[in-house]
Amino acid sequence: MGLTIPAFVGRIAFSALAALIGVVFALPLLWFLFAPFNARAELGLAVPDPWTLSNFFTVFGNSYAVQALWNSFIQAIGGVILVGAVATLAAYALSRSSIPGKGAVTYILLLFSSVVSGSAAMVPIFLIISAAGLMDTHLAVILTFAGGLLPTAMFILRDFIDSIPKSYEESAMVAGASPVQAFFDVALPVIRPGIVVIVVWSFVNIWGSFLIPFILLRSDSNMPASVAIYSFYSEAGTPIVTLLAAYSLIYSLPVIALYLFVSWRFGFRFFGGIKA
Amino acid sequence: MTAEPTASPPKRKPRNFALLSNWAGAAFLTPAGILVSVFVIVPFFWIIFVSFTNRTLLGRTALNPEWVGLGNYLALFDPATFFQRGQFGFSLILTTQFVLASALLGQALLGLLLAWLIQTVPPAVKRITETFVIAAWILPEVVIGFAWFAFLDRDQGTLNMIIEGLGLPPGDFLLQQPFWVIVVFNTWRGAAFSMMLFSSAFSSIPPSYFQAADVAGASSWQKFRDIGLPLIRGHIVTDLILITMWTFNTFTPFLLTNGGPSYRTELVSIYNYRVAFQDFQFGKGAAVGVIMMLINLAFALIYLSIGRKKKVR
Repeated sequence: MGLTIPAFVGRIAFSALAALIGVVFALPLLWFLFAPFNARAELGLAVPDPWTLSNFFTVFGNSYAVQALWNSFIQAIGGVILVGAVATLAAYALSRSSIPGKGAVTYILLLFSSVVSGSAAMVPIFLIISAAGLMDTHLAVILTFAGGLLPTAMFILRDFIDSIPKSYEESAMVAGASPVQAFFDVALPVIRPGIVVIVVWSFVNIWGSFLIPFILLRSDSNMPASVAIYSFYSEAGTPIVTLLAAYSLIYSLPVIALYLFVSWRFGFRFFGGIKA
Repeated sequence: MTAEPTASPPKRKPRNFALLSNWAGAAFLTPAGILVSVFVIVPFFWIIFVSFTNRTLLGRTALNPEWVGLGNYLALFDPATFFQRGQFGFSLILTTQFVLASALLGQALLGLLLAWLIQTVPPAVKRITETFVIAAWILPEVVIGFAWFAFLDRDQGTLNMIIEGLGLPPGDFLLQQPFWVIVVFNTWRGAAFSMMLFSSAFSSIPPSYFQAADVAGASSWQKFRDIGLPLIRGHIVTDLILITMWTFNTFTPFLLTNGGPSYRTELVSIYNYRVAFQDFQFGKGAAVGVIMMLINLAFALIYLSIGRKKKVR
């Protein structure tokens, strides 16, 4: 290699600095690599002796914890189906029809969706759900998230559909298909990668959310895992660390799996760019 | 983008004839329109209305709120109590400091440094560093909150273990330095976004620019200052606006500190939650929400106007 000595030293310094930052970022998470597999885990960092899965059996024996995971699943899946279907229809219309005022509507939606954040709008969201009689239901969480995530989902999908040539649908229509057939049989299969992105993004957002279910749900039987974990460690007394460690890991797994899927399928930059 | 037909006669731009009729388009848009209206547009106007009433969660005024005009706003901005702990002014100033320290200084600078570093380091170092920085960003916020709760534990936490290993006195940081804890926490949590944005911006710069600088014998700092930084200026502006908005609205520190001890980490989002859902004063909470939305609106308008300029060009 034709490196001069200062350049070589510089490269080593760069690597050392990058590695050091990586280690600092890893420190708060290190505990999570060990505690779930340690039957006597406490808040301190300790290598399990022996390594065991008993904490996971404790989680699956705790009906409240299992119920909360199931609730997270219902809310995330419900929200994802709604966002995916509704955003696809809307984005297709924004891309392929010539309704007057499309541009203005798009601009206003984009503006509102970034202004009305969950932490600013918690009072009116609570009042709307309350007025609709949906307090303490899965549907409350599903609808609130669908409304909140839709604008962004629509824009991502519209850009995606805009990049697909119209000639696909046009040739189908020349061959005698109706516009609706052209949408379902021709456009939809081509748009699918874009829909996958929306679905993954919505799932991660709803699955990981805390504030909205925290204010809209009351009973233990409807709480998602995020609120369950919070109440496990924030309530008075010593938290059951063994259960919590394993439970947090199980709860994180879908997010990690989806992240790996997206980075394998699309490259990770994409995932980072669209997480709100 | 519509593909221009190459062999088209010299007519004006090929007209964008619509595949969907206006009726079908309207039908396709209706479900989204309803959902977004009810959960995004209506809250915006309803909150303004509620902020002029003394609505509460419980009691007589829950059902029959009274019109109080600007009463809630006057109470928020009452000069006698404005700067006291647990009051709106204190919370607003705290949030400003939090945004400046953790987003603009912490996340953006650290993200910029990381993006520059991982350009040149060996792939193995790059992959490991990226993995942990991104893990901090993608894991659910409750898990992160609990991880830090364990990390900072006074008696057993990993941080005090390291500090004692270095021969220094341990501390109860959540009690002693709660503000700096949430600043470091938020920097750690969000640096990945800036890193990824800047990293993709750097990789869009033609490599020949840097090669030419190498031939001229430029140092890494000179390349960063004179080539990298000027060429990603637009990305930096985008990044700063986005992370400012996110940090301003974040609720995640609540999961670590609950806004305490004694209101020392009570950001406006947490203040809003306490006023509305712990003190049950919906009217006052709504007024806080309106002010938050106005601040959001200012940032969003700046952001959208920049985006528009780019498109026009």
